[in-house]
Amino acid sequence: MKLEGKRAIWSEYQKEIADDRYFYVRSCIRQNFFPGSEVAFLKIMKEELNKDIYEHPCHTTCSGIGYHGDVVPVETAMTVVARQFALMTEAGYRNYVPSCITSFGLYTEILETWHHFPEVEMKVREQLRKATGREFVIPENLAHASDVIYKFRTEISEKAKYRLINKYTGEPLRVVDHIGCHYAKMFPSKGIGGAEYPYVLAGMVEEWGGKVIDYPERRHCCGFGFRQYLVQANRGFSVACSKEKFESMQSFRPDMIITNCPGCPMFLDRWQYVINEMEGKRYGQNGEGIPVFTYEEVAGLVLGYDPWDLGLQMHQTDCEPLLDKMGIDYDPDEKFNTKVPEQGVKVTDLVNA
Amino acid sequence: MDKHIVVIGGGPAGMESAGQLAKAGFSVSLIEKEKETGGHLNDWFKLFPDRRDSKEVKAYLDGIVGSGRIRILKGTRIEKFQSSKDGFSLLTDNGIELNADAVVVATGFDLFNSSRKEEYGYGIYDNVITSGDLEEMFRKGNITLLNGNKPKTVGFVHCVGSRDEKVGNFYCSKLCCVTAVKQAIEVREHIPESKVFCFYMDMRMGGAHYEELYREAQEVWGINFIRGKVSEASESINNKLVVKVEDTLAGRPLKIELDMLVLMAGMEMSEGGNEISVQTGLMKGENRFFYPSDHHYANNISNVKGIFYAGTCTAPMNITETISHARSAVSEVINFFGNTVA
Repeated sequence: MKLEGKRAIWSEYQKEIADDRYFYVRSCIRQNFFPGSEVAFLKIMKEELNKDIYEHPCHTTCSGIGYHGDVVPVETAMTVVARQFALMTEAGYRNYVPSCITSFGLYTEILETWHHFPEVEMKVREQLRKATGREFVIPENLAHASDVIYKFRTEISEKAKYRLINKYTGEPLRVVDHIGCHYAKMFPSKGIGGAEYPYVLAGMVEEWGGKVIDYPERRHCCGFGFRQYLVQANRGFSVACSKEKFESMQSFRPDMIITNCPGCPMFLDRWQYVINEMEGKRYGQNGEGIPVFTYEEVAGLVLGYDPWDLGLQMHQTDCEPLLDKMGIDYDPDEKFNTKVPEQGVKVTDLVNA
Repeated sequence: MDKHIVVIGGGPAGMESAGQLAKAGFSVSLIEKEKETGGHLNDWFKLFPDRRDSKEVKAYLDGIVGSGRIRILKGTRIEKFQSSKDGFSLLTDNGIELNADAVVVATGFDLFNSSRKEEYGYGIYDNVITSGDLEEMFRKGNITLLNGNKPKTVGFVHCVGSRDEKVGNFYCSKLCCVTAVKQAIEVREHIPESKVFCFYMDMRMGGAHYEELYREAQEVWGINFIRGKVSEASESINNKLVVKVEDTLAGRPLKIELDMLVLMAGMEMSEGGNEISVQTGLMKGENRFFYPSDHHYANNISNVKGIFYAGTCTAPMNITETISHARSAVSEVINFFGNTVA
């Protein structure tokens, strides 16, 4: 492996990422899968980086999950997206930051479509006007939330309490980076590092002390693949996909997996549990699983956030082996001692709190 | 009368043109940007289909330009190119001024930069090489992996940068198929115990004796031809290349471990040709090669009066075609001056 070859490609695929004043849109499924991740992102942006980041209480799904699941027509998806842009416009923001990779892919696809077919944009504007009376401007900057963390990876590193170093060996932790398919596979130029050797997560890992593993099935789907999972009869394919990746990465002895998509951590995490139940097989070291994280969770751990505040108790593959290797101080007894929110809190109070 | 012709490009087409023009009585200057004439011929070991040493052809070309009647300017680029009342005036990067009554453009081709096909990992994975790199190994007589071992399994990927919308090259480079067949045989000759696989879209064996070579590769050398595009290459923990390919005849995907992967780089308009195009206003086609006035009967004539094309600056060609094309360019130059040269 010649790292300089990868660095040459990485240098070709860079993009403009806004510096401040972000309009943030949550994922429609992440809050059920790993709810601590988006909270951690907002906390990092506001409290660590002192950025102006806003989320709108009327934001809805972008409909990308239905679009890629073949149940939502593209014109409908465009009108839903146009409405999101209208919310951003009304709030006075121009830098759009989706939490979800599929949303990012869909927004990119729609903006590209409108760029090449302005008549489609006009039609969608008309549809939005008729349906809601809203108008919108095109975002000046579109970046996935992982792009934003990538941009500020050095600032996060400067505040780090822990690093991605194995405290037992002093060696960099061996990290598998898994990028959501919709991040750059459709539009390589829109992703940091491109589609074949994405750098968005690798850049964070390197900056925070770890070492990225390149293994043969690195580009393979996590197992979600939308129809592989959403169509119940196909779920065997979903597990098989994930298994193919685990088998391929196992010999590289990864300490952890880092992801930037709503579906990937879910399937790479849950299917390890399922495969163990089905076949009694685990892919990590010492008979353990390979802990799987979102990039916000990893950033949070590096910054010294409490693992249980980050929601790591929601993972089915235990995260503790990684916490121990990083030397993180945590209380095992608090793992499932869930903090119950105050009663009577309105939804509108939860956003931009 | 002593008409002066400047030939731009000192590869086979430029050398042949210059030599034949000199024979016909013209005063000729041959400009080559590299330190040596010969172009890609210098990089190739043996030529298809008969596997003669490329040095033999180079020796012929050296002979034809070595008469002393041709001014050869090596390591020289054109800095300025202007049309003048009587022809063209050229200024080289080392300050030489040349006045030409006519110009033959023989700027050739560049091998496709295989690192642009990122999924194959050229420049990243240790033992992914190009057809050009393999020729260099043949020349040295030493086909080895980066760790010095001999490869036991070798794959050839056809159409790298050819017939590929993703890289903007729709055309067929037409010589990569036969080159792969030749090189596959040569690998088997050098390493008899090796297993060799060729991954192809179509086998385009349109030249004289190409089909026979293809048959020999299968019947005598046992080379496996698999119809399908390689989708990606990666590296395993034991430094083997893991290659994913679709076998379209068997109708199933394949995953295969190889020691070495050879990318059959296609042909593209040369960088030098692009520079000349900007300087002269010569038209390029959709394939970005120079666009002749007529593909059937004026293949050497350009859109600029007095400038002629020779060789692969107009399209992919083999050596035989290149030399024929260069000779026909000379014929057009003679016609241009009304058959009255000297």
